Amino acid sequence: MSRKAPELNTGSMADISFLLLTFFLLVSNIDTDLGLSRKLPPLPQDGAIADKVNERNVFVVLVNARNQLLVEGVPTEIGQLKDKTKEFFLNPTNSIHLSEKEMKTIDLIGDYNKSKGVVSLRNDRSTKYGTYIQVQNEIAAAINEMRNDLAMSKFNKSFEDLNNAERKAISKAIPVAVSEAEPKDVGGKK
Amino acid sequence: MARFKKSGKKEVPGINTGSMSDIIFMFLFFFMVITTIRQGTLFVTTRVPSATEVQKLERKNLVSYIYIGVPIDKKHGKEPRIQLNDQFAFASEITAFIEKERASRSENDREFLTTSLKVDTAVVMGIVTDVKQELRRVGAYKINYSTKKGKSVSK
Repeated sequence: MSRKAPELNTGSMADISFLLLTFFLLVSNIDTDLGLSRKLPPLPQDGAIADKVNERNVFVVLVNARNQLLVEGVPTEIGQLKDKTKEFFLNPTNSIHLSEKEMKTIDLIGDYNKSKGVVSLRNDRSTKYGTYIQVQNEIAAAINEMRNDLAMSKFNKSFEDLNNAERKAISKAIPVAVSEAEPKDVGGKK
Repeated sequence: MARFKKSGKKEVPGINTGSMSDIIFMFLFFFMVITTIRQGTLFVTTRVPSATEVQKLERKNLVSYIYIGVPIDKKHGKEPRIQLNDQFAFASEITAFIEKERASRSENDREFLTTSLKVDTAVVMGIVTDVKQELRRVGAYKINYSTKKGKSVSK
């Protein structure tokens, strides 16, 4: 005489898994590790002579304690910073006040008029961190846009879609040339 | 009309809930994969600023975090403080912190160690600069300013 084994009651299984689900929802958080990656410069060695950089190749951005911007000696709204940065690096009119360019041969790209420009970012100790990040972001946006334009003209793809070698070539042609200068108070005490 | 009359007692069959748990488990695994366990307790507020040009932080196990913000608990004052691991710290303690982080990683990975700065928007740069100087001193040059993705400048 064969007897059917009684079926397992799985009704509460869903409740148990719901419990687990809620537990995990509470103790975990969705990945939000996004950010602006930067490389700090090494500390200057004692006695080392700083590299002499031509005045025209330095794009000076000052942020004061009232979160106002002074770009190359001109008060600027943060919205204009991106275009100014692009103009400085690309220097379409070959102005003697904007960055110098140098012909360089880069793999995959060929000859490219590489800019010698460097952005020098300086802030006051009382500058808001939020403003500082905005400025960093605008400069990064300018560099990304220039990279994208170059990628479009050379490879007919956006920078995001390039493979590693191509991306490296573009990054070589347009590096992230941002120098976070030695801390120094730029005045405008609150 | 008799045609539509129900003949006899007919029960509505119960809904089979056996596969319900499978669905919930699927959810559970999905969440377990896309989330990370919250590590440590935060003692400071870190409303990070938003930026548009964000990059994803790669190789999570090679990231050490420094939090800077105003203490959540009022009794620690209103001045922004630095939090390393699970306690408040001073900028001078960062050297030891980074050394410890380095020691806990394998030798090959040490040069890829990144420091993620989770800093509140309203903090002034002075304390951030101090931290950056300490990081330069100890040779941890790779940093990441933690931000949200979003519009940063209102034009």
